[in-house]
Amino acid sequence: MTTFPIDKIRADFPILAEKIRNKPLVYLDNGASCQKPNAVIDSISHVYRHEYANIHRGVHTLSVRATDKFEAAREKVRGFINAANANEIIFVRGATEAINLIAQTYGKANIKAGDEIVITAMEHHSNIVPWQMLCEQTGAVLKVAPMNVKGELIYDDFVALLNNKTRLVAVTHMSNALGTINPVERIIAAAHARNIPVMLDGAQAIPHLAVDVQALDCDFYVFSGHKLYGPSGIGVMYGKQTLLEAMPPYQGGGDMIKTVSFEKSTYAGLPHKFEAGTPSIADVIGLGAAIDYINEIGMANIASYEAELLSYATEQAKQIKGLRIIGEAQDKGAILSFVLDKIHPHDIGTMLDSLGIAIRAGHHCAMPVMDFYGVPATARASFAMYNTRQEIDVLMQGITSLIEVFG
Amino acid sequence: MFEDLRELYQEVIFDHNRNPRNFRVMDDADRKVEGFNPLCGDRLTLYLKMDGEKIIDASFQGSGCAISTASVSLMTEIVKGKTETEADALFKTFHEMTTGKDEQINLEAVGKLAVLAGVREYPARVKCATLAWHTLDAALKNQHESISTE
Ligand SMILES: Cc1ncc(COP(=O)(O)O)c(C=O)c1O
Repeated sequence: MTTFPIDKIRADFPILAEKIRNKPLVYLDNGASCQKPNAVIDSISHVYRHEYANIHRGVHTLSVRATDKFEAAREKVRGFINAANANEIIFVRGATEAINLIAQTYGKANIKAGDEIVITAMEHHSNIVPWQMLCEQTGAVLKVAPMNVKGELIYDDFVALLNNKTRLVAVTHMSNALGTINPVERIIAAAHARNIPVMLDGAQAIPHLAVDVQALDCDFYVFSGHKLYGPSGIGVMYGKQTLLEAMPPYQGGGDMIKTVSFEKSTYAGLPHKFEAGTPSIADVIGLGAAIDYINEIGMANIASYEAELLSYATEQAKQIKGLRIIGEAQDKGAILSFVLDKIHPHDIGTMLDSLGIAIRAGHHCAMPVMDFYGVPATARASFAMYNTRQEIDVLMQGITSLIEVFG
Repeated sequence: MFEDLRELYQEVIFDHNRNPRNFRVMDDADRKVEGFNPLCGDRLTLYLKMDGEKIIDASFQGSGCAISTASVSLMTEIVKGKTETEADALFKTFHEMTTGKDEQINLEAVGKLAVLAGVREYPARVKCATLAWHTLDAALKNQHESISTE
């Protein structure tokens, strides 16, 4: 921990110097979205000042410059998740759009009435609703693998759900409401043993864990840029090339075609087949800058620093009477979800906000998880590489004081 | 420590949160409507007993934050004995008080409800205070299905 360059990192994120309600900002809502380092902010502004034009279209110099930068960012993403080929990196708006894309292209082409899709009890709404919509359209059936009270997937029950009607397993790599990290290697092995492809929702995992899609051998991996210290409005769908090639396109339009006539159009190859229309050019380049920034610090260093933060926060939280931690999986990322006896999470959120502390209070787009624990909502502190033990002390002091005020 | 929040969390609100008034199921209710705030998951069921135009009893069940619990608790107290027209007028004044731009709002007209005026400074919390009233509005319009703030 002593070697982690926390002071330098904090100085790299200008927003951390903000005062909120006259107090220093303590930003613990990273699970919802992360703050951005200068490297990202500057790269976006640099694009608009020096490198901006539409991509893949013009012969003029600026367009070529923008296209080069854009494709360089794709290569950075490829390297970051160790995909075999940059063609397998499809830029979308975020994890949500990526999952909808997979449901509406791969899903529609391969999943029929009576077929089954397996998810888990801890999914974000964006890994539930797109599959429910597909099931409504096709007559397929959604199966939900259960979890235990600690918020861990019950692996044997998951495996028992797999059968010869299962066409896809779609599970979260890390739960946003609980912090649980799923045993994705075992999940993939069990599914692949039956030739079932696996999609991982990496929206939460990507800023906390080193991800190697080839080592995992997952078939799809999706995430959003904004939770990875990059811009909002941009995200990634990774898919194995053979799968992507066989999939029908998602949206029709410019950039995704080879030829168009009024009789018939032919589609472009990967990755363009799935990237109709002008993308968020500067933001893709900004995501590339975020990845450079993370690589400089090192994913392994970030992960071990955050693990220490989480264990410190958990230890401290356990000292507070009336506080119940929601989500106590053995394998857990930097998220501390909790409820307080007789104090609603929204009141916790407003009270802490008055101290400059930003946490999330609500159902975290995971209403089934809330139902499972019999709570309407939880309060959630989610940590990033720029958070500190002192900030956790401020949080715990705030919680202790608000419990006193509520009496 | 929470000086900034004195306007929002007044003692009356803590009191109603700790001991909500009229917190019970009403078996012989004439109107029963559920209110739901999907943003925070707050749910409440509002029960009304009517005598013609007049609300003669009001009660509720459910769980919510201190603001929404105090709001519905205070509301069940204040609407008892009011006619539908009076309750509707109160709803409009309350709505104006919590969301409006008008600084000149007549706080006397809302009586005890004035303790909730502080929410207008907290846009993220306005719906906590108004959920009860939207539910009442639906009940008065005799809508039986559940309503939602979204
Ligand atoms: C686990 C998980 N999946 C998917 C999403 C959706 O991400 P986005 O809203 O960026 O599309 C989120 C965001 O909160 C998430 O936490």
